[in-house]
Amino acid sequence: MSTVVDPVLRVRDLTIRTRSVELLRGVDLTIGRGERVGLIGESGSGKSITSLAIMGLLPDNVQATGSVRLGERELLGTPERELARVRGRDVAMVFQEPMTALNPTMRIGDQVAEAMLIHHTQPSRAAAADRAIELLEAVRLPDPKALVRAYPHQLSGGQRQRVVLAIALANDPALLICDEPTTALDVTVQQLVLDLLVRGVEERDAAMLFITHDLAVVANVCEQVAVMYGGRIVEAGPVNEVFRRPRHRYTQGLLAASDLAVDPHSGQLRAIAGSVPAAGRFPEGCVFRSRCWKATDQCRAEPPWTGAPHGPGYACWHPAQSEVIT
Amino acid sequence: MSSTVDLQGSAQPPQGEPVIEVEDVRRVYGRPRSGLFGKAASVTALDGVSLTVHRGEKLGIVGESGCGKSTLLRIVAGLHRPTSGRVRVEGREVTGSDRDLAWLRRRLQVVFQDPMSSLDPRMRVGDIIAEPLVGLRVEGDHRARVAELLEAVGLDAEAAERYPHMFSGGQRQRISIARALAPRPQVLLADEPVSALDVSVRAQVLNVVERLVADLDLTLVFVSHDLSVVRHVCERVVVMTRGRIVEEGPTEQVYTHPRHDYTKALVAAVPSVRRALTEERGVG
Repeated sequence: MSTVVDPVLRVRDLTIRTRSVELLRGVDLTIGRGERVGLIGESGSGKSITSLAIMGLLPDNVQATGSVRLGERELLGTPERELARVRGRDVAMVFQEPMTALNPTMRIGDQVAEAMLIHHTQPSRAAAADRAIELLEAVRLPDPKALVRAYPHQLSGGQRQRVVLAIALANDPALLICDEPTTALDVTVQQLVLDLLVRGVEERDAAMLFITHDLAVVANVCEQVAVMYGGRIVEAGPVNEVFRRPRHRYTQGLLAASDLAVDPHSGQLRAIAGSVPAAGRFPEGCVFRSRCWKATDQCRAEPPWTGAPHGPGYACWHPAQSEVIT
Repeated sequence: MSSTVDLQGSAQPPQGEPVIEVEDVRRVYGRPRSGLFGKAASVTALDGVSLTVHRGEKLGIVGESGCGKSTLLRIVAGLHRPTSGRVRVEGREVTGSDRDLAWLRRRLQVVFQDPMSSLDPRMRVGDIIAEPLVGLRVEGDHRARVAELLEAVGLDAEAAERYPHMFSGGQRQRISIARALAPRPQVLLADEPVSALDVSVRAQVLNVVERLVADLDLTLVFVSHDLSVVRHVCERVVVMTRGRIVEEGPTEQVYTHPRHDYTKALVAAVPSVRRALTEERGVG
């Protein structure tokens, strides 16, 4: 998000549409080496379609315009054959559900080794098998020499997610995308997996895009954060700024809800009214105005980005004044 | 911390007559060999659990996956049988076939975690909510009751004509709550009712549960892996791990001054924005 000179990932004006519906509009994201950026918002805000666009995994029936650059390489419009060489090597991904990310009929060791053999990052099967054991050891799985012979169903959810992480890190990617990687895990297991994720990218000086609806996880893992709603980035900046002094009303609402803060007047937990509209049903102008408690007629017009272009800022007509959370 | 005040004030010691009595319940599951890390011939899901819930009480049960909390809830609801031990609800033993348990279904209902898999996708919402009334042969105007329930959980009356997939996760969980309340139960069991929801919607659903429990004078048992959620709903909490209760007490006290090592680890592991910003980073 900050003004990085040589970003690993540089997304500019990314817009994605189906024939009838706009899913994403004008998304900008910049992630530098060793930087960890959180992308937050509720389900249906457009977070996952953003990550699919970066991975070149968009379905055929959607159109993407703008630019997604990984280092020097433009990914939008690149043929699948070339993308397949980038995916799993330069950019890797950890998804929410570790069971579906692993092949149930293949031994753990072979799955980790396969990631390296496909991209020719190890000279031989034997070398890849040895490296697989090291990688499993690095994610602190018990007895990796025996574990390589196990199948996914013999592992717990947390263990499986650590195998997925070992595969993602196998080729030392420049960018790791994590889409709700710990949402399905218990809190104590979550802590361990987050720890391993951060250590994995730090050791490689890799960039990380961390997608989640859990603001507390972002506060613990990332330095920068982008808040997404209705397919747009509505606020972005350093975690310390955005979470302490949220300016966009959506960010403010999310923060109150995630801290289970009680409204002193009603005695009830603070919540954002209503729910996320279906794609294509967001209002014109400010996308959040149909749920915003501060919305006025002015919000029928699209709010401009206040702040640095492509950098920290927000898009709100009635921003919160520096309400410091203590 | 001024904005996160305790809703209940100081927790009162339990009063009123016992509604749920769990006496030394054990539950053992047989299991095929599945052993990379040692073989398990059987799993003891509950290892001698005793518990009493009094009328009007709001009790939380916390612990991680596999600690036995959901098994315990299902045994209380008569959906599972204990291997040994006894469960009584309003003084009557929970035992026998489904048909024998009709009395229990009138008094006690359950809200489950996953609002997608617990609602029949081919039924209209109105029929889903009325189903317990039909099953339990409750007399009266079911349509009117459905409308009343939809309003109580904050949904439009027209929702009755629509199907579950047309609703968001939070709305589906409201539908589950409406269905559970249809036969006017005295006791509501909730198994991780907000764990599958976005944080923003979680607060909405918790507010609905809280308001209805207060308005209808329900006895609530609320199962969750997240002590910070239980803290806002329940005055008393039991902490479970490995099929046993390891700590019990007023929620605020357990949350702020956990005594058992497991509880301490559980409280420390829950990430918080506030803590991350004010203290050392938890991770990295």
